[in-house]
Amino acid sequence: MDYNQQRIVITGVGLAAPGADNLKDFRAQVLAGNSAIKEIELRYFGSAPAGICTFDETRYRKKRENKRGTRAGCLGVYCAHEALADAALSIDHYERSRIGVYVGLTEHGTVETENEIFNISNYNYDVKYWSHHHNPRTVLNNPAGEITMSLGITGPHYAIGAACAAGNASLIQGVQMLRLGEVDMALVGGISESTGSFGIFASFKAQGALAEAADPRQACRPFDMDRNGIVVSEGACIYVLERLEKALARGARIYGEIAGYCINSDARDFVLPYDKRQAECMEQALKRAGMEPHHIDIINTHATGTRQGDIEECKAIGQVFGTAPCTYINNTKSIIGHAMGAAGVLELAGNLPAFEDRWVHPTINVSNLDPECALPRMVLNAPVQLPSISAILNNSFGMVGINSVIIVKKYRE
Amino acid sequence: MTRDEIKDLIVEIIKDIDEDADFHTLQSDLPLRDQLDLDSMDFLDIVMELRKRHKLQIPEADYPQLASLTSCVNYLEPLLKNI
Repeated sequence: MDYNQQRIVITGVGLAAPGADNLKDFRAQVLAGNSAIKEIELRYFGSAPAGICTFDETRYRKKRENKRGTRAGCLGVYCAHEALADAALSIDHYERSRIGVYVGLTEHGTVETENEIFNISNYNYDVKYWSHHHNPRTVLNNPAGEITMSLGITGPHYAIGAACAAGNASLIQGVQMLRLGEVDMALVGGISESTGSFGIFASFKAQGALAEAADPRQACRPFDMDRNGIVVSEGACIYVLERLEKALARGARIYGEIAGYCINSDARDFVLPYDKRQAECMEQALKRAGMEPHHIDIINTHATGTRQGDIEECKAIGQVFGTAPCTYINNTKSIIGHAMGAAGVLELAGNLPAFEDRWVHPTINVSNLDPECALPRMVLNAPVQLPSISAILNNSFGMVGINSVIIVKKYRE
Repeated sequence: MTRDEIKDLIVEIIKDIDEDADFHTLQSDLPLRDQLDLDSMDFLDIVMELRKRHKLQIPEADYPQLASLTSCVNYLEPLLKNI
């Protein structure tokens, strides 16, 4: 069997986003452009706009397990169970040893380490009071491992560290492992618990990249002249990936088929993005998908609301899609903030129902479009319905120069 | 601390670990681990809580003394007599 020819499809989605705990509600939220960003208080730091998830934390495991584990694990367990339920898939449908769990993380352990340091500060920094839970909580495979423990999955599990491209990277990992024949089903996605870390906010602030606004719902404003930085959000999204023929055999609903992807590196700067490599990444993903720019109906941008980042991405899109006559451009972060390791998959999930309802959700908070970001067919402040939507290109980029692009197409025989 | 107070302390710590723990049928002389859903990390939690609440430093060699409620009380009674 030539595994490289295997068609891989998304058959289930479980998510927790600021403002929604399932795909149906999330879709309604992004179409309506309802921001759920609010001010939160952080230890040492003070207040900042941020996205916090509300979901039933004890639907799939007990309080004591949440207490022992991490917030990322709690988010991951919820989303993994929800994804399986959404896929109408029993965990016993596939051999448990043939299920892989690949979780994208921007970072992990920052929250837990900060908490432990705070804890021992109450004991004059005596490390005898440092918790024995610290190591199992902070190993990078923690969230993926908590998912396997909750579901009794005995196949491979590990984390994909790819800064804010990690969600997309995990999806790509799952596709590759299915095509290699390593697993028969993959739970892939991304998780972020970064809102629990004052250090992440403080670092963005020190970089001059943390959003501020009188109304937190208007803090994240990609492409707008008055944008002033990132809104940090927590979030998680897990997909069920299966081989097409297996999905069809069990009568699964198919959200979309992975058509192409690419990950590349800027090899240039720790934080500054680079339009040339981003454009190359999109071009390579199109090539692998066997598509031309005009085949893409929606580009879901990575843009985070930083001055330089948004401009670089728009330049890159302009280079690749300059002549494409029917490609619409949107941005999900304007509504939910930046869910870091979950961003790519969460934002893609919010767009997947477009194959059925044909709506392109808007970028909100654009009062005064930055001319340097202006591109044709940007969907601003109100959704747009198209005659048909067949392909979505999802950008997700990260620090230290990592770019990722995924193209998902509507399933057709 | 009296023996009853020590017993209450241990129960309170275990409730903090697992608020669903059922103490109604708990037999004081039998191992906690066999009766409640506790593992080695939970016992380390008990050790840590005793350290935090009463500055007790329990050597690892003595951990088996915490096996049952009765053995906990027997072991901790002299250590907590002045509290």
